[in-house]
Amino acid sequence: MRRAVSLFVDFVRSQPLGIVSLVAVLVMVGCAIFAEQVAAFDPEAIDFAAMLSAPGAEHPLGTDAFGRDILSRLIYGARTALAIGVLSSFIGCTLGGAIGLASAFFGGKVDLVAQRLIDMLLSFPIIVLALVVVALGGKFIIAGIDVNLILAIAVPTVPRAARVIRAAALSVREMPYVDAARAAGYSDWRIILRHMAPNVTAPYLILFTAYIAQAILLEASLSFLGLGVAEPKPAWGLMLSGTSANFYQEAPWMILFPGLAISLAVFAFNLFGDALRDWLDPKLKT
Amino acid sequence: MLKYIGTRFALMLPALFGVAVLTFVMLRILPGDVVAARMLAETGQAPPALVAQERERLGLNKPLPAQFLDWMVGMVKGDFGVSMWTNRPISEEIGIRLGLSLQVAVMATLIAVLVAIPLGTLSALFRNSLLDYFVRLITIAGLAVPSFWLGMLMILGLLTLFRWSPPVTYTPFLTDPVGNMAQLIWPALAVGYRYAAVVARMVRSSVIEVLREDYIRTARAKGVFERLVISRHALRNALLPAITVIGLEFAFLIGGLVVTEQVFNLNGIGRLFVEAVARHDFTMIQALVMLTAVLFAIANLAVDICYGIFDPRLRTK
Repeated sequence: MRRAVSLFVDFVRSQPLGIVSLVAVLVMVGCAIFAEQVAAFDPEAIDFAAMLSAPGAEHPLGTDAFGRDILSRLIYGARTALAIGVLSSFIGCTLGGAIGLASAFFGGKVDLVAQRLIDMLLSFPIIVLALVVVALGGKFIIAGIDVNLILAIAVPTVPRAARVIRAAALSVREMPYVDAARAAGYSDWRIILRHMAPNVTAPYLILFTAYIAQAILLEASLSFLGLGVAEPKPAWGLMLSGTSANFYQEAPWMILFPGLAISLAVFAFNLFGDALRDWLDPKLKT
Repeated sequence: MLKYIGTRFALMLPALFGVAVLTFVMLRILPGDVVAARMLAETGQAPPALVAQERERLGLNKPLPAQFLDWMVGMVKGDFGVSMWTNRPISEEIGIRLGLSLQVAVMATLIAVLVAIPLGTLSALFRNSLLDYFVRLITIAGLAVPSFWLGMLMILGLLTLFRWSPPVTYTPFLTDPVGNMAQLIWPALAVGYRYAAVVARMVRSSVIEVLREDYIRTARAKGVFERLVISRHALRNALLPAITVIGLEFAFLIGGLVVTEQVFNLNGIGRLFVEAVARHDFTMIQALVMLTAVLFAIANLAVDICYGIFDPRLRTK
């Protein structure tokens, strides 16, 4: 516990920008967890009497074409964005990390094949890979979350995470403790999981936070295109499409605030990832 | 130099072949039967007789290696097959849209390069000045602001300030150059912002790195004018990594266009892609994925050639 506190103090001292972004991230997490308590309205409640009303006392950020409260939809939207962002970044980075570790540990032909595959996957823009996965799968909804959408967002991070983790694992492999483990007769998988994986946690954590930002942006883009989260669920990208596209000249608040929410969230996670990188490993460049 | 370009070109072909195999495998084997999947998604049912008929028509009943061969031979001849949705030849569908998307992409690149290189360099030369903070702020914001939202704000701004909105129908460059530019400059700016931000950050960090090199100190020590130190010694070396980023981001612009074309109601490649995905048009998706891979390969080749021009060491190797 004391170690955790002193680590935190060190982070605050050396990364002032990191702490600002951490606060922004925590606000977002708070909104996502306590959405029921924070939001004044039901995000899906339609109220035609209050259609397209401007920001005011009752609706601080106005309402949309269905009279739904925009602030409440933004707060619940944080839940959607974070759930999808964190899950897909976790899946993508973990899968990529596992491939990178195995590739570095086994070397030789395994490494060669894995690297060629990764190079090929890296030649596609992120959204193109995600769209291919969207097209391949149908909708599998488990506990209100579209599994296929999460996979679509996770897949493009796999080759990127694999490359970074492989580079870090290559130097770990040369460490004497890996030789010692091998001399002690441990199995390959035990060496990979117990001796190598813990030593690439720093780049893994950096990747994980950085790709949450990427995932939030990608989810917003897909939802905007009508290929991500579906109405009436509140999602920031979705709030910029559909009826917003028709009415935003009369009601600019409909597009102003969701766009700001996306930008701020991505900005905060990017900044936090940068601070984490500088703090954990000043020499590491991703 | 020609030999160098030739080697680079030869290296590009196996990579493209690999991507073709990967694309084919992704789209044909993973989802099971694409025809049934599409019919199920479109109409909710897939009668076996109809599926068999469609498979026959699209040549999907042949063994996979034969299908792959057909596809490759077709592509070499410029024939990408027919769209599963519109039934029209894919090369025709892409042909009428490619010009527009490429024009926006080239305009965005020009904007990005013209803005990013001077800004990134100045930011590096006057490190920790007010200008540097400003550049760092707008570039890091550029990575966070979604291009489609920026596009919507532009349309909104144009409407409220000038009561003018970009036209809905496309004006080709040759019939009306001014109208064409007035229409396409906005999407180019919307996607160009992120592009410029990425390039400016790269230029800034590589100029800072180069300025620490020994040869810069040597040049200064022997009394070379500071202006020449910057332009001849520093920039020439610092621009190499920037060129890589410019090339790769150009290839990835198609990704930015996927969403931005939607906002500006432009009928380009990005829009075609979104429609193909929404309609499970697998032959079209396959062709478009291949197209992005070819664009990436060409951009890479261009980067390699630029390296050859700027760095004589690479040519003689």
